[in-house]
Amino acid sequence: MDKFNTLTGIAAPMPLVNIDTDMIIPKQFLKTIHRSGLGKNLFDEMRYDAQGNEVPDFILNQPAYRDSQIIVAGDNFGCGSSREHAPWALLDFGIRCVISTSFADIFFNNCFKNGILPIVMPAEIVEVLMEDARKGANARITVDLENQTVTTSDGQSFPFEVDAFRKHCLLNGLDDIGLTMEKSATIDSYEAQMAQSRPWV
Amino acid sequence: MTGNTNAGAPRTLYDKIFDAHVVDRQEDGTCILYIDRHLVHEVTSPQAFEGLRMAGRKVRRPDQTIAVPDHNVPTTADRVNGIENPEGRIQVAELDKNAREFGLNYYPMSDVRQGIVHIVGPEQGWTLPGMTVVCGDSHTATHGAFGALAHGIGTSEVEHVLATQTLIQKKSKNMKVEITGRLLPGVTAKDITLAVIGKTGTAGGTGYVIEYCGSAIRDLSMEGRMTVCNMAIEGGARAGLIAPDEKTFAYCMGRPHAPKGAAWEAAVNWWKTLFTDEGAHWDKVITIRGEDIAPVVTWGTSPEDVLPITAKVPAASDFEGGKVDAAQRSLDYMGLQPGTPLDQIKIDAVFIGSCTNGRIEDLRAAASILKGQKLAPGVRGMIVPGSGLVRAQAEEEGLDKIFTDAGFEWRLAGCSMCLGMNPDQLAPGERCAATSNRNFEGRMGRGGRTHLMSPVMAAAAGIKGHLTDVREFMAEMA
Repeated sequence: MDKFNTLTGIAAPMPLVNIDTDMIIPKQFLKTIHRSGLGKNLFDEMRYDAQGNEVPDFILNQPAYRDSQIIVAGDNFGCGSSREHAPWALLDFGIRCVISTSFADIFFNNCFKNGILPIVMPAEIVEVLMEDARKGANARITVDLENQTVTTSDGQSFPFEVDAFRKHCLLNGLDDIGLTMEKSATIDSYEAQMAQSRPWV
Repeated sequence: MTGNTNAGAPRTLYDKIFDAHVVDRQEDGTCILYIDRHLVHEVTSPQAFEGLRMAGRKVRRPDQTIAVPDHNVPTTADRVNGIENPEGRIQVAELDKNAREFGLNYYPMSDVRQGIVHIVGPEQGWTLPGMTVVCGDSHTATHGAFGALAHGIGTSEVEHVLATQTLIQKKSKNMKVEITGRLLPGVTAKDITLAVIGKTGTAGGTGYVIEYCGSAIRDLSMEGRMTVCNMAIEGGARAGLIAPDEKTFAYCMGRPHAPKGAAWEAAVNWWKTLFTDEGAHWDKVITIRGEDIAPVVTWGTSPEDVLPITAKVPAASDFEGGKVDAAQRSLDYMGLQPGTPLDQIKIDAVFIGSCTNGRIEDLRAAASILKGQKLAPGVRGMIVPGSGLVRAQAEEEGLDKIFTDAGFEWRLAGCSMCLGMNPDQLAPGERCAATSNRNFEGRMGRGGRTHLMSPVMAAAAGIKGHLTDVREFMAEMA
């Protein structure tokens, strides 16, 4: 997993609420057995018409936003399925950070496993960032994970909360399977205890 | 661990199950949580197995890992000849290879026990009270009906569980959803779960584990409880739970992987301690009177877009904030005019099945409406049992005959239309009365329009050719 420290990039405004995982990556692209290559199908049914032509109005098709690295989104981003194809598609497109008032639980977890930082902000701050994002390619938002701040193109800075363990893993690009396996002796003793107390498991 | 469930401060059912599975706890509350059952299907697992191989890791507990293909499998009899779609075929072949190579409990497409993973798990007795159950699938919440802590995970977490039989997790908050009183005729478990989401919204449960309780929940069968918990995720909750009781024990007893003899007795003794203590703390409480729940349908493209069948299509201006634009987008996508009575919306298709409503009780309920009836002209109908064993049971009861006489297709087990990853899909603009769980744009096929409802409501809609109040239908038939 790539490390995440600071990011300065174009932010795409997507104010729609309840952007679900089926919108982020429709089911026909879940047939892959690989993690990579999903970026071209990110938001597929919003981004392309039935003939496969780009829908010019869609935000990521507009010239100013084609190289977006951040999405500022409406409430409850990533609701729906557990498909990790959603963060894979975002990452493959080049998105490293999503900012919203709220995220669906599984999507939120999945982001951290892929070097994407999901940031929860109060509605009034998301609105400020949304306005900044609407300025297009000339306005770049800066996300600083170490110091836990988001800064608009005109220098307004807002703090955000992040779980300490997840921050540590993102900053260092750590594989948490490796971290857990370091505790395999503890898992062994749990299993031994369980074999006594819940033998039917 | 399991002996001290009554010690200390009063705890919720969720607290008790979580505590019993903590392997390691860091100062900030991040825990390593032990996983008792890991269910695996073909769509969200190939990259996880590939990750294991690349790191030279093994599956820690293949005996606690259960694999079954469901999303991609065709539901027509010609599937014995293999899957036509090359990518779907590869995904199912990968699962087959991985299940055999890593020695998992496996139900291939040809096995009569194959079906939707969330129907197979309980049916085979893999899912038991007090367990932690995960799967790379959001509808894992289904298993909460047994008083098991069950939730969906992403593929990286699938790999984590395969390698370590644990997950890294922080505890969620506790929410109580109480359904008091009783349900009126024509109202089902599906109406309960949709009505709750209609009240809380799709983000209302975010950060919580829900425990459903109250007399209307107690009165439900295990099948009905699975329907309720299945859609906890649509309300944003990590999991939904129902405390186990005699109905739960009766359902589990004698299942192939349920404990037997002395082990059964020991298990039941522990399961009987799995309830929320008097005085336990709830972070949020929602109470709904069972008598206040009507048969409901969804009108939009989010499961929170729920209304009683007696209502009218809303206008975008009925909403506030970001929901105004979302509602307008839904109305455009669904091709609906505000003010239209919901029971006048014409349909093209009926889908009865899915992990929400693909169990035997759901098929019996549909059959009770469809007996001696015909699908309306121009409406196509599909009934897809949730497993091969549900299908066999339905055939033993003669339900298949009722369905085919009514003009429905009687299919083999799989996820089918619920998400169009297999040949069962809606055409653009086609409108479907569906017993599944998500009405998202494009979910059942690009441009397809989904109205979520109960099996009896979907069956009645099929006969009438439009959404209809099953209570009126039942009165007409009486």
